[in-house]
Amino acid sequence: MDIEAARETILTTLKKKSKSKSKFYLKDFYKMIPDEKPRAVKNVVNKMVQDELLEYWSSGSTTLIGLKGMGKQAHAEDED
Amino acid sequence: MAKHETPLLDQLESGPWPSFVSDLKQEAEARAKNERNIEYQIPVDAVDDLLGVLELSFKHGRTHWKHGGIVGVFGYGGGVIGRYCDQPDNFPGVAHFHTMRVNHPAGKYYTTEYLKQLCDLWDFRGSGITNMHGSTGDIIFLGTTTPQLEEIFYELTHNLNQDLGGSGSNLRTPSDCIGSSRCEWACFDTQAICHFMTKEFQDELHRPAFPYKFKFKFDGCPNCCVASIARADISFIGTWRDDIRIDQDAVQGYIAGDYPPNGGAHADGNWGAFDINKEVVNICPTGCMSMQDGKLEIDNKECTRCMHCINVMPRALRPGTDTGLSMLVGAKAPILDGAQMGSLLVPFVEVNPDNDYEAIIEVIEALWDWWMEEGKNRERLGELIKRQGFQKMLDMTGIKPMPQHVQEPRTNPYIFWKEDEVPGGFNADITEFRKHHLR
Ligand code: SF4
Ligand code: SF4
Repeated sequence: MDIEAARETILTTLKKKSKSKSKFYLKDFYKMIPDEKPRAVKNVVNKMVQDELLEYWSSGSTTLIGLKGMGKQAHAEDED
Repeated sequence: MAKHETPLLDQLESGPWPSFVSDLKQEAEARAKNERNIEYQIPVDAVDDLLGVLELSFKHGRTHWKHGGIVGVFGYGGGVIGRYCDQPDNFPGVAHFHTMRVNHPAGKYYTTEYLKQLCDLWDFRGSGITNMHGSTGDIIFLGTTTPQLEEIFYELTHNLNQDLGGSGSNLRTPSDCIGSSRCEWACFDTQAICHFMTKEFQDELHRPAFPYKFKFKFDGCPNCCVASIARADISFIGTWRDDIRIDQDAVQGYIAGDYPPNGGAHADGNWGAFDINKEVVNICPTGCMSMQDGKLEIDNKECTRCMHCINVMPRALRPGTDTGLSMLVGAKAPILDGAQMGSLLVPFVEVNPDNDYEAIIEVIEALWDWWMEEGKNRERLGELIKRQGFQKMLDMTGIKPMPQHVQEPRTNPYIFWKEDEVPGGFNADITEFRKHHLR
Protein backbone atom coordinates (compact mmCIF):
# COMPACT_ATOMS: atom_id res chain seq x y z
CA MET A 1 0.00 0.00 0.00
CA ASP A 2 1.13 3.54 -0.69
CA ILE A 3 0.95 4.81 2.88
CA GLU A 4 1.37 8.48 1.96
CA ALA A 5 -1.50 8.30 -0.52
CA ALA A 6 -3.67 6.50 2.02
CA ARG A 7 -3.00 9.18 4.64
CA GLU A 8 -3.83 11.87 2.11
CA THR A 9 -7.09 10.18 1.13
CA ILE A 10 -8.10 9.91 4.78
CA LEU A 11 -7.36 13.56 5.49
CA THR A 12 -9.19 14.83 2.41
CA THR A 13 -12.22 12.65 3.08
CA LEU A 14 -12.43 13.75 6.71
CA LYS A 15 -12.04 17.42 5.81
CA LYS A 16 -14.75 17.13 3.18
CA LYS A 17 -17.15 15.60 5.69
CA SER A 18 -16.14 17.81 8.58
CA LYS A 19 -19.14 20.11 8.28
CA SER A 20 -21.63 17.37 8.95
CA LYS A 21 -19.59 14.90 10.96
CA SER A 22 -16.49 15.05 13.12
CA LYS A 23 -16.20 11.55 14.59
CA PHE A 24 -15.96 8.29 12.66
CA TYR A 25 -15.92 4.60 13.40
CA LEU A 26 -12.83 2.64 12.42
CA LYS A 27 -14.99 0.88 9.85
CA ASP A 28 -15.64 4.16 8.03
CA PHE A 29 -11.90 4.34 7.36
CA TYR A 30 -11.93 0.88 5.77
CA LYS A 31 -14.36 2.24 3.21
CA MET A 32 -12.01 5.11 2.38
CA ILE A 33 -9.24 2.62 1.46
CA PRO A 34 -11.35 -0.22 0.09
CA ASP A 35 -8.52 -2.21 -1.50
CA GLU A 36 -6.64 -2.76 1.73
CA LYS A 37 -7.19 -5.27 4.52
CA PRO A 38 -8.87 -3.74 7.60
CA ARG A 39 -5.82 -4.58 9.67
CA ALA A 40 -3.55 -2.53 7.39
CA VAL A 41 -5.93 0.45 7.41
CA LYS A 42 -6.20 0.25 11.19
CA ASN A 43 -2.43 0.53 11.44
CA VAL A 44 -2.36 3.60 9.20
CA VAL A 45 -5.13 5.27 11.24
CA ASN A 46 -3.46 4.53 14.57
CA LYS A 47 -0.16 5.89 13.26
CA MET A 48 -1.95 9.07 12.18
CA VAL A 49 -3.19 9.50 15.75
CA GLN A 50 0.37 9.16 17.00
CA ASP A 51 1.45 11.75 14.48
CA GLU A 52 -1.27 14.01 15.91
CA LEU A 53 -3.22 14.33 12.68
CA LEU A 54 -6.19 12.43 14.11
CA GLU A 55 -7.49 11.88 17.62
CA TYR A 56 -9.51 9.26 19.45
CA TRP A 57 -12.79 9.90 21.19
CA SER A 58 -13.84 7.16 23.56
CA SER A 59 -17.11 6.58 25.36
CA GLY A 60 -15.41 3.89 27.39
CA SER A 61 -17.09 1.16 25.40
CA THR A 62 -16.61 2.37 21.81
CA THR A 63 -13.89 4.40 20.14
CA LEU A 64 -14.47 7.00 17.46
CA ILE A 65 -11.78 8.79 15.48
CA GLY A 66 -11.69 12.26 13.96
CA LEU A 67 -9.41 15.07 12.84
CA LYS A 68 -7.45 16.43 15.78
CA GLY A 69 -9.15 19.41 17.37
CA MET A 70 -12.26 19.15 15.20
CA GLY A 71 -15.82 19.12 16.45
CA LYS A 72 -17.06 20.81 19.56
CA GLN A 73 -15.85 18.02 21.82
CA ALA A 74 -12.40 19.40 22.63
CA HIS A 75 -13.72 22.84 23.32
CA ALA A 76 -16.68 21.72 25.38
CA GLU A 77 -14.34 19.74 27.60
CA ASP A 78 -11.79 22.57 27.91
CA GLU A 79 -9.29 20.15 26.43
CA ASP A 80 -8.21 22.23 23.40
CA MET B 1 -19.13 18.17 58.75
CA ALA B 2 -19.90 16.90 55.26
CA LYS B 3 -19.73 19.41 52.43
CA HIS B 4 -23.07 18.33 50.95
CA GLU B 5 -26.21 17.05 52.65
CA THR B 6 -26.84 13.52 51.39
CA PRO B 7 -30.04 12.15 52.96
CA LEU B 8 -30.77 9.73 50.10
CA LEU B 9 -27.26 8.30 50.12
CA ASP B 10 -27.31 8.04 53.92
CA GLN B 11 -30.27 5.75 53.59
CA LEU B 12 -28.13 3.35 51.52
CA GLU B 13 -25.89 2.87 54.54
CA SER B 14 -28.72 1.58 56.70
CA GLY B 15 -28.83 -1.97 55.28
CA PRO B 16 -26.98 -4.96 56.69
CA TRP B 17 -24.17 -4.87 54.11
CA PRO B 18 -21.02 -2.76 53.94
CA SER B 19 -21.86 0.30 51.90
CA PHE B 20 -19.82 2.12 49.28
CA VAL B 21 -21.35 5.32 50.65
CA SER B 22 -19.62 4.74 54.00
CA ASP B 23 -16.37 4.05 52.13
CA LEU B 24 -16.69 7.31 50.21
CA LYS B 25 -17.45 9.29 53.35
CA GLN B 26 -14.43 7.75 55.05
CA GLU B 27 -12.21 8.71 52.11
CA ALA B 28 -13.65 12.25 52.00
CA GLU B 29 -12.85 12.67 55.68
CA ALA B 30 -9.35 11.22 55.35
CA ARG B 31 -8.57 13.62 52.50
CA ALA B 32 -9.86 16.59 54.51
CA LYS B 33 -7.69 15.64 57.51
CA ASN B 34 -4.66 14.75 55.35
CA GLU B 35 -2.72 13.22 58.19
CA ARG B 36 0.05 12.05 55.85
CA ASN B 37 0.56 15.54 54.39
CA ILE B 38 -0.01 14.46 50.82
CA GLU B 39 0.36 17.21 48.24
CA TYR B 40 -2.96 16.45 46.56
CA GLN B 41 -2.78 17.09 42.82
CA ILE B 42 -6.53 17.16 42.28
CA PRO B 43 -9.07 19.01 44.46
CA VAL B 44 -8.98 17.80 48.04
CA ASP B 45 -12.80 17.76 48.19
CA ALA B 46 -13.21 15.62 45.04
CA VAL B 47 -14.81 12.84 47.05
CA ASP B 48 -17.19 15.24 48.85
CA ASP B 49 -18.29 16.54 45.48
CA LEU B 50 -18.65 13.00 44.18
CA LEU B 51 -21.08 12.28 47.02
CA GLY B 52 -22.85 15.55 46.24
CA VAL B 53 -23.32 14.83 42.56
CA LEU B 54 -24.46 11.29 43.29
CA GLU B 55 -27.07 12.61 45.72
CA LEU B 56 -28.29 15.02 43.04
CA SER B 57 -28.54 12.17 40.52
CA PHE B 58 -30.67 10.19 42.95
CA LYS B 59 -32.85 13.23 43.46
CA HIS B 60 -33.28 13.91 39.75
CA GLY B 61 -33.39 10.27 38.72
CA ARG B 62 -30.80 10.88 35.98
CA THR B 63 -27.06 11.06 35.60
CA HIS B 64 -25.01 14.22 35.84
CA TRP B 65 -22.01 12.73 34.06
CA LYS B 66 -21.24 13.50 30.46
CA HIS B 67 -20.37 10.50 28.41
CA GLY B 68 -16.87 9.89 27.02
CA GLY B 69 -14.12 12.17 25.82
CA ILE B 70 -10.91 12.65 23.88
CA VAL B 71 -8.54 12.37 26.82
CA GLY B 72 -5.89 9.66 26.93
CA VAL B 73 -2.17 9.14 27.23
CA PHE B 74 0.05 9.69 24.23
CA GLY B 75 0.01 6.86 21.71
CA TYR B 76 -2.74 4.91 23.49
CA GLY B 77 -6.33 4.72 22.37
CA GLY B 78 -7.54 2.96 25.50
CA GLY B 79 -7.13 2.74 29.24
CA VAL B 80 -8.46 6.23 29.96
CA ILE B 81 -12.13 7.15 29.88
CA GLY B 82 -13.03 10.82 29.91
CA ARG B 83 -15.65 11.76 32.49
CA TYR B 84 -17.01 15.24 33.06
CA CYS B 85 -19.70 16.46 35.42
CA ASP B 86 -22.48 18.55 33.87
CA GLN B 87 -22.80 20.61 37.08
CA PRO B 88 -19.17 21.84 37.34
CA ASP B 89 -20.08 25.00 39.27
CA ASN B 90 -21.82 23.12 42.05
CA PHE B 91 -19.28 20.30 42.13
CA PRO B 92 -15.94 21.72 40.98
CA GLY B 93 -14.02 18.87 42.62
CA VAL B 94 -15.38 16.44 40.03
CA ALA B 95 -15.70 18.78 37.02
CA HIS B 96 -13.08 16.57 35.35
CA PHE B 97 -13.13 13.09 36.79
CA HIS B 98 -11.53 10.64 34.38
CA THR B 99 -11.33 6.91 34.90
CA MET B 100 -8.08 4.99 34.35
CA ARG B 101 -7.99 1.26 33.80
CA VAL B 102 -4.85 -0.45 35.02
CA ASN B 103 -3.97 -3.91 33.69
CA HIS B 104 -4.36 -6.34 36.59
CA PRO B 105 -1.59 -8.90 37.03
CA ALA B 106 -2.38 -12.45 35.82
CA GLY B 107 -4.38 -14.29 38.48
CA LYS B 108 -4.76 -10.95 40.30
CA TYR B 109 -1.78 -11.66 42.53
CA TYR B 110 -0.22 -8.66 44.23
CA THR B 111 2.21 -8.05 46.99
CA THR B 112 0.91 -5.72 49.69
CA GLU B 113 3.92 -3.55 48.90
CA TYR B 114 2.69 -3.16 45.35
CA LEU B 115 -0.87 -2.40 46.45
CA LYS B 116 0.43 0.30 48.80
CA GLN B 117 2.41 1.86 45.96
CA LEU B 118 -0.69 1.92 43.75
CA CYS B 119 -2.74 3.51 46.52
CA ASP B 120 -0.06 6.10 47.30
CA LEU B 121 0.11 7.07 43.64
CA TRP B 122 -3.65 7.37 43.44
CA ASP B 123 -3.98 9.35 46.67
CA PHE B 124 -1.37 11.75 45.36
CA ARG B 125 -2.58 12.17 41.78
CA GLY B 126 -6.21 11.06 41.84
CA SER B 127 -9.28 10.82 44.03
CA GLY B 128 -7.99 7.89 46.08
CA ILE B 129 -11.07 5.89 45.06
CA THR B 130 -10.47 2.56 43.36
CA ASN B 131 -12.66 -0.24 42.15
CA MET B 132 -10.94 -3.57 42.71
CA HIS B 133 -11.66 -4.87 40.15
CA GLY B 134 -13.80 -3.77 37.22
CA SER B 135 -15.92 -6.43 35.54
CA THR B 136 -13.26 -7.08 32.90
CA GLY B 137 -10.73 -7.49 35.67
CA ASP B 138 -8.76 -4.24 35.56
CA ILE B 139 -7.82 -2.24 38.60
CA ILE B 140 -9.99 0.85 38.16
CA PHE B 141 -8.77 4.25 39.27
CA LEU B 142 -11.84 6.47 39.59
CA GLY B 143 -11.42 10.18 39.06
CA THR B 144 -8.54 12.39 38.09
CA THR B 145 -7.90 15.47 35.96
CA THR B 146 -6.33 15.64 32.51
CA PRO B 147 -2.86 16.94 33.51
CA GLN B 148 -2.42 13.98 35.86
CA LEU B 149 -2.92 11.31 33.21
CA GLU B 150 0.57 11.33 31.71
CA GLU B 151 2.16 11.62 35.14
CA ILE B 152 0.32 8.56 36.39
CA PHE B 153 1.09 6.66 33.20
CA TYR B 154 4.79 7.47 33.53
CA GLU B 155 4.90 6.36 37.14
CA LEU B 156 3.01 3.13 36.39
CA THR B 157 5.14 2.14 33.44
CA HIS B 158 8.54 3.27 34.73
CA ASN B 159 8.43 2.61 38.44
CA LEU B 160 5.61 0.17 39.09
CA ASN B 161 6.26 -2.11 36.12
CA GLN B 162 2.64 -1.80 35.13
CA ASP B 163 0.59 -0.88 32.08
CA LEU B 164 -2.85 0.47 31.32
CA GLY B 165 -5.66 -1.89 30.37
CA GLY B 166 -7.99 -1.89 27.38
CA SER B 167 -11.14 0.15 26.74
CA GLY B 168 -13.14 1.30 23.74
CA SER B 169 -12.98 -0.75 20.56
CA ASN B 170 -9.81 -2.48 21.72
CA LEU B 171 -8.89 -5.88 22.95
CA ARG B 172 -9.81 -5.69 26.62
CA THR B 173 -7.39 -6.68 29.35
CA PRO B 174 -7.22 -10.48 29.21
CA SER B 175 -8.16 -12.10 32.49
CA ASP B 176 -7.76 -15.53 34.04
CA CYS B 177 -8.47 -17.69 37.06
CA ILE B 178 -5.71 -18.42 39.57
CA GLY B 179 -5.09 -21.69 37.74
CA SER B 180 -2.39 -24.10 38.79
CA SER B 181 -0.90 -21.63 41.27
CA ARG B 182 -3.46 -22.76 43.82
CA CYS B 183 -5.99 -24.98 42.12
CA GLU B 184 -5.46 -28.67 41.46
CA TRP B 185 -8.17 -28.69 38.77
CA ALA B 186 -6.34 -26.40 36.35
CA CYS B 187 -5.92 -28.18 33.02
CA PHE B 188 -3.44 -25.59 31.72
CA ASP B 189 -1.35 -22.77 33.09
CA THR B 190 -3.87 -19.93 32.87
CA GLN B 191 -1.49 -17.27 34.12
CA ALA B 192 1.21 -18.13 31.60
CA ILE B 193 -1.12 -17.88 28.61
CA CYS B 194 -2.94 -14.80 29.95
CA HIS B 195 0.37 -13.01 30.37
CA PHE B 196 1.58 -14.19 26.98
CA MET B 197 -1.55 -13.01 25.14
CA THR B 198 -1.47 -9.66 26.94
CA LYS B 199 2.02 -9.09 25.58
CA GLU B 200 1.43 -10.70 22.19
CA PHE B 201 -1.54 -8.43 21.44
CA GLN B 202 -0.22 -5.19 22.94
CA ASP B 203 -1.17 -3.21 19.88
CA GLU B 204 -4.75 -4.47 19.88
CA LEU B 205 -4.94 -3.82 23.64
CA HIS B 206 -3.79 -0.21 23.45
CA ARG B 207 -5.16 0.99 20.13
CA PRO B 208 -8.61 0.53 18.63
CA ALA B 209 -8.55 -2.36 16.19
CA PHE B 210 -12.07 -3.71 16.04
CA PRO B 211 -15.74 -2.85 15.45
CA TYR B 212 -16.30 -3.02 19.22
CA LYS B 213 -14.82 -4.42 22.42
CA PHE B 214 -13.24 -7.88 22.43
CA LYS B 215 -12.56 -10.02 25.48
CA PHE B 216 -10.38 -13.04 26.21
CA LYS B 217 -10.82 -14.95 29.43
CA PHE B 218 -8.96 -18.04 30.59
CA ASP B 219 -10.53 -20.59 32.91
CA GLY B 220 -8.39 -23.52 33.96
CA CYS B 221 -11.33 -25.91 34.12
CA PRO B 222 -15.05 -25.92 33.36
CA ASN B 223 -15.86 -24.49 36.79
CA CYS B 224 -15.25 -21.19 35.02
CA CYS B 225 -14.22 -19.04 37.98
CA VAL B 226 -13.79 -15.99 35.71
CA ALA B 227 -17.10 -16.83 33.98
CA SER B 228 -15.45 -16.81 30.58
CA ILE B 229 -18.34 -18.79 29.11
CA ALA B 230 -20.75 -15.95 29.89
CA ARG B 231 -18.60 -12.90 29.22
CA ALA B 232 -15.77 -13.42 26.77
CA ASP B 233 -15.83 -13.16 22.99
CA ILE B 234 -13.39 -16.05 23.13
CA SER B 235 -13.53 -18.23 26.25
CA PHE B 236 -10.61 -20.55 26.88
CA ILE B 237 -11.74 -23.33 29.18
CA GLY B 238 -9.50 -26.11 30.42
CA THR B 239 -10.56 -29.67 29.68
CA TRP B 240 -9.19 -33.20 29.29
CA ARG B 241 -9.44 -35.89 26.63
CA ASP B 242 -8.86 -39.02 28.68
CA ASP B 243 -10.85 -40.40 31.60
CA ILE B 244 -11.74 -38.88 34.95
CA ARG B 245 -9.34 -40.40 37.46
CA ILE B 246 -11.22 -42.41 40.09
CA ASP B 247 -9.92 -43.46 43.49
CA GLN B 248 -12.46 -46.13 44.46
CA ASP B 249 -11.29 -46.23 48.10
CA ALA B 250 -11.96 -42.53 48.43
CA VAL B 251 -15.40 -43.03 46.83
CA GLN B 252 -16.14 -45.50 49.63
CA GLY B 253 -14.79 -42.94 52.10
CA TYR B 254 -17.35 -40.38 50.94
CA ILE B 255 -20.15 -42.95 51.10
CA ALA B 256 -19.12 -43.87 54.64
CA GLY B 257 -19.07 -40.20 55.64
CA ASP B 258 -15.31 -40.12 56.27
CA TYR B 259 -14.89 -37.04 54.06
CA PRO B 260 -17.25 -34.08 53.86
CA PRO B 261 -18.70 -33.67 50.35
CA ASN B 262 -17.76 -30.48 48.43
CA GLY B 263 -14.70 -30.08 50.64
CA GLY B 264 -17.02 -29.11 53.50
CA ALA B 265 -18.35 -26.05 51.66
CA HIS B 266 -21.93 -26.80 52.68
CA ALA B 267 -21.13 -28.06 56.17
CA ASP B 268 -23.13 -25.34 57.92
CA GLY B 269 -26.53 -26.62 56.71
CA ASN B 270 -28.27 -29.74 57.92
CA TRP B 271 -28.29 -31.73 54.72
CA GLY B 272 -28.31 -35.16 56.30
CA ALA B 273 -25.94 -37.99 55.43
CA PHE B 274 -24.21 -37.93 52.03
CA ASP B 275 -26.12 -39.92 49.44
CA ILE B 276 -23.95 -40.61 46.40
CA ASN B 277 -26.89 -41.55 44.19
CA LYS B 278 -29.00 -38.55 45.07
CA GLU B 279 -26.19 -36.02 45.05
CA VAL B 280 -23.96 -37.26 42.25
CA VAL B 281 -24.86 -40.28 40.16
CA ASN B 282 -28.50 -39.43 39.47
CA ILE B 283 -27.88 -35.78 38.71
CA CYS B 284 -24.96 -36.19 36.37
CA PRO B 285 -26.31 -34.08 33.47
CA THR B 286 -25.40 -36.67 30.85
CA GLY B 287 -26.47 -39.67 32.91
CA CYS B 288 -23.11 -41.30 32.32
CA MET B 289 -22.43 -42.40 35.90
CA SER B 290 -23.53 -45.56 37.64
CA MET B 291 -22.78 -47.65 40.71
CA GLN B 292 -22.00 -51.23 39.77
CA ASP B 293 -21.42 -53.74 42.57
CA GLY B 294 -20.61 -50.83 44.86
CA LYS B 295 -18.07 -49.43 42.37
CA LEU B 296 -18.44 -46.05 40.71
CA GLU B 297 -18.37 -46.28 36.92
CA ILE B 298 -18.16 -43.40 34.44
CA ASP B 299 -18.87 -43.74 30.75
CA ASN B 300 -16.30 -41.10 29.85
CA LYS B 301 -17.22 -40.70 26.20
CA GLU B 302 -20.61 -39.33 27.29
CA CYS B 303 -19.22 -37.04 30.02
CA THR B 304 -19.40 -33.31 29.15
CA ARG B 305 -16.80 -32.34 31.79
CA CYS B 306 -19.36 -30.39 33.79
CA MET B 307 -17.21 -30.83 36.94
CA HIS B 308 -20.13 -31.60 39.24
CA CYS B 309 -18.97 -35.02 40.43
CA ILE B 310 -15.40 -33.76 40.82
CA ASN B 311 -16.56 -30.76 42.85
CA VAL B 312 -18.57 -32.97 45.19
CA MET B 313 -15.89 -35.64 45.71
CA PRO B 314 -12.54 -33.97 45.07
CA ARG B 315 -10.59 -36.65 46.92
CA ALA B 316 -12.11 -39.44 44.85
CA LEU B 317 -12.38 -37.89 41.38
CA ARG B 318 -9.91 -35.82 39.43
CA PRO B 319 -9.74 -34.50 35.87
CA GLY B 320 -7.77 -36.66 33.44
CA THR B 321 -4.13 -36.07 32.59
CA ASP B 322 -4.34 -35.52 28.82
CA THR B 323 -5.28 -31.87 29.19
CA GLY B 324 -5.77 -28.87 26.94
CA LEU B 325 -8.52 -26.35 26.43
CA SER B 326 -11.78 -25.79 24.62
CA MET B 327 -12.44 -22.53 22.78
CA LEU B 328 -15.94 -21.10 22.92
CA VAL B 329 -16.96 -17.97 21.06
CA GLY B 330 -19.51 -15.21 21.19
CA ALA B 331 -20.47 -14.72 24.84
CA LYS B 332 -21.51 -11.20 25.84
CA ALA B 333 -23.55 -9.12 28.25
CA PRO B 334 -26.88 -7.76 27.00
CA ILE B 335 -25.91 -4.28 25.73
CA LEU B 336 -27.31 -4.34 22.19
CA ASP B 337 -28.88 -7.74 21.63
CA GLY B 338 -29.68 -10.02 24.56
CA ALA B 339 -27.06 -11.71 26.70
CA GLN B 340 -25.43 -14.72 25.07
CA MET B 341 -23.39 -17.66 26.30
CA GLY B 342 -20.39 -18.90 24.34
CA SER B 343 -20.81 -21.56 21.63
CA LEU B 344 -18.27 -24.35 21.36
CA LEU B 345 -15.95 -23.82 18.39
CA VAL B 346 -12.87 -25.92 19.17
CA PRO B 347 -13.56 -28.84 21.53
CA PHE B 348 -9.91 -29.52 22.27
CA VAL B 349 -6.67 -27.80 21.44
CA GLU B 350 -3.24 -28.32 22.94
CA VAL B 351 -1.86 -25.56 25.13
CA ASN B 352 1.75 -25.35 24.11
CA PRO B 353 3.86 -22.44 25.32
CA ASP B 354 6.89 -23.90 23.53
CA ASN B 355 5.49 -22.97 20.14
CA ASP B 356 3.92 -19.74 21.42
CA TYR B 357 0.44 -21.26 21.54
CA GLU B 358 0.49 -21.47 17.74
CA ALA B 359 -2.68 -23.56 17.38
CA ILE B 360 -4.66 -21.12 19.52
CA ILE B 361 -3.36 -17.94 17.90
CA GLU B 362 -4.28 -19.29 14.48
CA VAL B 363 -7.95 -19.51 15.48
CA ILE B 364 -7.91 -16.08 17.15
CA GLU B 365 -6.51 -14.36 14.08
CA ALA B 366 -8.91 -16.06 11.68
CA LEU B 367 -11.84 -14.92 13.85
CA TRP B 368 -10.50 -11.36 13.98
CA ASP B 369 -10.03 -11.17 10.22
CA TRP B 370 -13.65 -12.18 9.69
CA TRP B 371 -15.06 -9.87 12.35
CA MET B 372 -12.96 -6.86 11.28
CA GLU B 373 -14.11 -7.34 7.71
CA GLU B 374 -17.78 -8.16 8.30
CA GLY B 375 -18.70 -6.89 11.77
CA LYS B 376 -20.91 -3.81 11.90
CA ASN B 377 -20.06 -0.91 14.15
CA ARG B 378 -20.71 -1.89 17.77
CA GLU B 379 -21.45 -5.48 16.80
CA ARG B 380 -19.89 -8.10 19.06
CA LEU B 381 -18.52 -11.33 17.63
CA GLY B 382 -21.49 -13.22 19.08
CA GLU B 383 -23.92 -11.00 17.20
CA LEU B 384 -22.02 -11.46 13.95
CA ILE B 385 -22.19 -15.24 14.45
CA LYS B 386 -25.94 -14.91 14.87
CA ARG B 387 -26.33 -12.64 11.87
CA GLN B 388 -24.16 -14.53 9.38
CA GLY B 389 -24.43 -17.98 10.89
CA PHE B 390 -22.19 -20.41 12.73
CA GLN B 391 -21.47 -22.16 9.48
CA LYS B 392 -20.07 -18.97 7.95
CA MET B 393 -17.72 -18.73 10.91
CA LEU B 394 -16.59 -22.30 10.31
CA ASP B 395 -15.86 -21.40 6.69
CA MET B 396 -13.90 -18.32 7.69
CA THR B 397 -11.84 -20.14 10.32
CA GLY B 398 -11.35 -23.29 8.25
CA ILE B 399 -12.69 -25.43 11.07
CA LYS B 400 -14.57 -28.55 9.97
CA PRO B 401 -18.14 -29.03 11.25
CA MET B 402 -18.33 -31.68 13.95
CA PRO B 403 -21.03 -33.16 16.18
CA GLN B 404 -19.94 -31.01 19.15
CA HIS B 405 -21.07 -27.92 17.21
CA VAL B 406 -24.66 -29.11 17.25
CA GLN B 407 -26.52 -28.07 20.37
CA GLU B 408 -29.49 -30.35 19.85
CA PRO B 409 -30.02 -32.68 16.91
CA ARG B 410 -32.62 -31.49 14.41
CA THR B 411 -33.51 -28.17 16.02
CA ASN B 412 -30.44 -26.11 15.16
CA PRO B 413 -28.20 -28.21 12.98
CA TYR B 414 -26.00 -25.17 12.14
CA ILE B 415 -24.48 -27.19 9.34
CA PHE B 416 -26.02 -27.27 5.88
CA TRP B 417 -24.77 -29.00 2.77
CA LYS B 418 -23.39 -26.74 0.12
CA GLU B 419 -24.26 -27.46 -3.49
CA ASP B 420 -20.75 -28.50 -4.49
CA GLU B 421 -20.65 -31.03 -1.66
CA VAL B 422 -23.69 -32.90 -2.97
CA PRO B 423 -23.10 -35.34 -5.86
CA GLY B 424 -25.05 -33.96 -8.80
CA GLY B 425 -25.73 -30.63 -7.07
CA PHE B 426 -29.17 -29.43 -5.95
CA ASN B 427 -30.65 -29.88 -9.43
CA ALA B 428 -29.98 -33.60 -9.81
CA ASP B 429 -32.62 -35.36 -11.85
CA ILE B 430 -35.01 -36.84 -9.31
CA THR B 431 -36.70 -39.17 -11.82
CA GLU B 432 -33.39 -40.59 -12.79
CA PHE B 433 -32.49 -41.00 -9.09
CA ARG B 434 -35.80 -42.73 -8.31
CA LYS B 435 -35.19 -45.29 -11.07
CA HIS B 436 -32.41 -46.72 -8.92
CA HIS B 437 -33.66 -45.82 -5.44
CA LEU B 438 -37.26 -46.60 -4.53
CA ARG B 439 -38.96 -44.48 -1.92
S1 SF4 C 1 -11.69 -22.22 36.87
FE1 SF4 C 1 -11.18 -24.30 37.55
S2 SF4 C 1 -8.92 -24.30 37.52
FE2 SF4 C 1 -9.56 -22.16 37.56
S3 SF4 C 1 -9.61 -21.61 39.74
FE3 SF4 C 1 -11.68 -22.21 39.12
S4 SF4 C 1 -11.81 -24.36 39.70
FE4 SF4 C 1 -9.64 -23.86 39.62
S1 SF4 D 1 -18.14 -34.32 35.05
FE1 SF4 D 1 -20.35 -34.00 34.94
S2 SF4 D 1 -20.96 -35.06 33.07
FE2 SF4 D 1 -18.94 -35.86 33.61
S3 SF4 D 1 -19.34 -37.65 34.89
FE3 SF4 D 1 -19.11 -35.93 36.29
S4 SF4 D 1 -21.19 -35.19 36.64
FE4 SF4 D 1 -21.25 -36.49 34.80
